[in-house]
Amino acid sequence: MTPNLNLWLIPILPLAGAAINGFFGKKSSRTAVSTIALVFCGAAFFWALSVAWRFSSLPEIPHQEYLAHWIRSGSFTADFAFYLDPLSLVMLLVVTGVGFLIHIYSVGYMWDDPGYYRFFSYLNLFMFFMLTLVLANNYLVMFIGWEGVGLASYLLIGFWFTKDSAASAGKKAFIVNRIGDFGFLIGLFLLIKHFGSLNFTQVFEGVPRLTPGAGTETLLTTVGILLMIGACGKSAQIPLYVWLPDAMEGPTPVSALIHAATMVTAGVYMVARSHVIFERAPIALTVVAIIGTLTALFAATIGITQTDIKKVLAYSTVSQLGYMFMACGVGAFSAGIFHLMTHAFFKGLLFLGAGSVIHAVGGEQDMRKMGGLKSYIPVTAATMGIATLAIAGIWPFAGFFSKDEILWKAYQANWVYWLIGLITAFITSFYMFRLLFMTFWGDYHGIQVDAHGRVHAAHGDNGHGHGEPHESPMVMLVPLMILAVLSLVGGWVGIGNRFEHFLAPVFGSGEVAEAGKEAATNFTEYLLMGVSVLVAALGAILAWVLYVSKPYLPQKIADGFGSFYGAVLNKYYVDELYAALFVKPLVDGSTRILWQGVDRKVIDDSINDAADGARHVSDNVRHMQSGNLRSYAGWIAAGSAVVIAYMIWLGVGR
Amino acid sequence: MVPLSYYLVLSGILFACGVTGFLIKRNIITIFMSIELMLNGVNLSFVAFAAHWHALAGQVFVFFVMVVAAAEAAVGLAIIIAVYRTRETLNVDQVNLLKL
Repeated sequence: MTPNLNLWLIPILPLAGAAINGFFGKKSSRTAVSTIALVFCGAAFFWALSVAWRFSSLPEIPHQEYLAHWIRSGSFTADFAFYLDPLSLVMLLVVTGVGFLIHIYSVGYMWDDPGYYRFFSYLNLFMFFMLTLVLANNYLVMFIGWEGVGLASYLLIGFWFTKDSAASAGKKAFIVNRIGDFGFLIGLFLLIKHFGSLNFTQVFEGVPRLTPGAGTETLLTTVGILLMIGACGKSAQIPLYVWLPDAMEGPTPVSALIHAATMVTAGVYMVARSHVIFERAPIALTVVAIIGTLTALFAATIGITQTDIKKVLAYSTVSQLGYMFMACGVGAFSAGIFHLMTHAFFKGLLFLGAGSVIHAVGGEQDMRKMGGLKSYIPVTAATMGIATLAIAGIWPFAGFFSKDEILWKAYQANWVYWLIGLITAFITSFYMFRLLFMTFWGDYHGIQVDAHGRVHAAHGDNGHGHGEPHESPMVMLVPLMILAVLSLVGGWVGIGNRFEHFLAPVFGSGEVAEAGKEAATNFTEYLLMGVSVLVAALGAILAWVLYVSKPYLPQKIADGFGSFYGAVLNKYYVDELYAALFVKPLVDGSTRILWQGVDRKVIDDSINDAADGARHVSDNVRHMQSGNLRSYAGWIAAGSAVVIAYMIWLGVGR
Repeated sequence: MVPLSYYLVLSGILFACGVTGFLIKRNIITIFMSIELMLNGVNLSFVAFAAHWHALAGQVFVFFVMVVAAAEAAVGLAIIIAVYRTRETLNVDQVNLLKL
C-alpha cells in the first residue's frame, strides 16, 4: 500500500492564501495580509519538508498521487495528478524554501507600497502555479502551471502598472513567452499523436519502445526541439531572452523569486524532465547545448557594461541559465539541476541583496551613483559578497561545485563547450566583482537627504525618505543571512557525486556509472577545477584593478573598444533588431493591412454598405405601404399575374 | 362542342374584369359586385374543368363557392347598410377612420 502524502496540499495552500488576500486583502491591515501570505506559503514549505522527510520510505519511485480526473476523451486522459521523484522533490524544496524566504523578505521590502495586498496575492498565486508545474504528472497539468507562472510573472512585472515601462515590460514578457509556448504546445500535440498520452510515465515508457530508425529519430528530434523552444521562452535563452532584462521593472523580490530563482528555471526543469526524449534525440540535445553555451557567453558580455544593478543581475541570470542548458545539452541533467538549485540560492540572495541596496539608497538602481556602501550596510555587503563568491565559483562556495560539475561534463562532451564555459566563468566573475566593488567599495556618489522623494518617485522602487544609506530591517536581513548560509553550504551536497546519486532514479544510472571511470580521469578533473578557480580569481582581480585601485581605467578601455563597446552597452542592439525585424512589420502590417485594409475597408465598409443599401431600398419600397387597401389589392393582383405569367413561360403542366 | 379553352378565356376575362373593377371603383356596392364577378369567373373555370374531365368534384366546389358567396353577400350587405346609415356615403375612400 502506497502511503498518501497529500501532495495536493502543497500547491493548494498558496492558492488559498492568494484567494484570501486577493478577495479580502484590500480592507485588511498589512499585518493581516502578510500573516496570511506567510502562513500559507510557510505551510506549503513545511508540508514539502515533511514530504521530503518521508520520501526515503516511499516504496515506489516515482510516487504518483491522483487527485481528480480532468480530461477523458476516448483513450486520451489527463488527470489532476501528482508525480514525485527526486527531481520534483528538489524543485519542490527549492521553490517552497526560497519562495518562503522571499515572502518574508517582501514583508519588509513592500511595506510602504499601496498595492501591498495585491503583491502578496500575486506572489502566492505564483507559488501555486509553480508548484503545479513542478508536481504535475503529465505535460498538460505542467502546461497549466507553465502558463500560470507566465501570468503571475506578467502581473508582477507590471505590478507598478502606472509606470509605462513596467506595463510594457510585462507585455513583452508575456508575448515573448507566448512564442515559446507555441513551440511547447506543438510538441505536446506531437506527443499526443504518437503516444496517445501526455502522462510522463506513459510517454517515457513509450519512447524506448519506438522502433529505432530514421522516422523515430526525426519525430523525437522534432519534439525535442519544440519543447526546447518552449524552454527557451521560459528560461530566457537565445533568441527569446529579451524579456528577462526588461522584467526587472518589477519589484525586486519578484526579480529574485520569479526571474532568478524559480520560474526561469522551469525550462531547465522541463528539459530535464523530458530527458528520455532528449536522450534519444542527439540533434536536439546538441541544439540545446549550443544555445545554452552561446547564451551563457552572450549574456555575460552584456553584463559587463550594464550600470543598472538589477540589469547586471538579469543578464547574469540569463547567462547562468545558459550554463544549465549547456549541462542538459551535454546530457548532464543532474549537473544542470544541481546548478539550478545552487543558482536559486545565490542568485536569489544577489537579487534580495540588490533590493536591500536599492532600499538603502532610496530607490536608486544605477551603480554609478552608489559606492562605499559597505560601511553603511555591512550585513547586506557581507551576504552579497558571499553570493558573489558563490556565483564566481570560488571554492568552497556553492557555485564552485555546480559550475565545475557542468564544466567537467562539458569537457567530456566537447572541449569547445568547456572553453566557452570557462571564458564565461571568467566574465561572470569579472562583472559580479565589478558590481560588488562599484556598489560597496570606493566613495558614496549617491544623492543625499531631500532628493529621496524625487528619486523614489522617478524609479518607483521602494525606498524611504531617509538621509544616509541605511541598513534594511531584520525581516529583510534574516532571509539574506539564511540564503548566504545556503550559498555557502548548498554546494556541499554535490561532493562525491551525492547529488547525482540522489537524482539517479530519474536520470538513469548511465551517468553515475562514469563514477567508476573517474579514478582514471581524476587528475584532469582536478586540473580543470584548478583552472576554473584560477580564472574566477583572475576575473575578481581584474575587477579590483579596474574598479577599486585604478577607477579611471574602465572609461579608457571602453573608449579603446569604441563602437564595439557601444554595441555591447546597447545589448548588441538585439531589441532594436527584433523591433525592426518582427515588431515593426507586425505593427505596420496590422495597422495598414489588417486594420485599415481588412477591418476598415472590407468589414466595416461591407457592413455600412449593407446598412446603407437596406435603407435606400426601404426608402423606395416604403411608399408601397400607403395604407390604401386597393393599392395592396392591386399589388396582389399584379404579383399573381407575374407568377402566372412566369408559370406559363416555364410551361408548367405541359 | 365548345373547346375548354373558350371557357377558360371567358373565365379569365370575367376574373380580370372583377379585379379591375375592384381596383378602380370607389362605390362599395360596385366593388362588392366585382368580387362576385371574380368568384363567378372562377366558378366558370371549375365547371368547365369538371365537364372536361368528367369529374364531379369541380361542380361540388362551385356549390360551395356559391353558398359562401351568398353568406358573404348577406353579411356584406348588412355591413354596407350599417355603414351607409352612420356615414351617409358609399365611397370607400371616405370610410377611412382606421387610417392614420
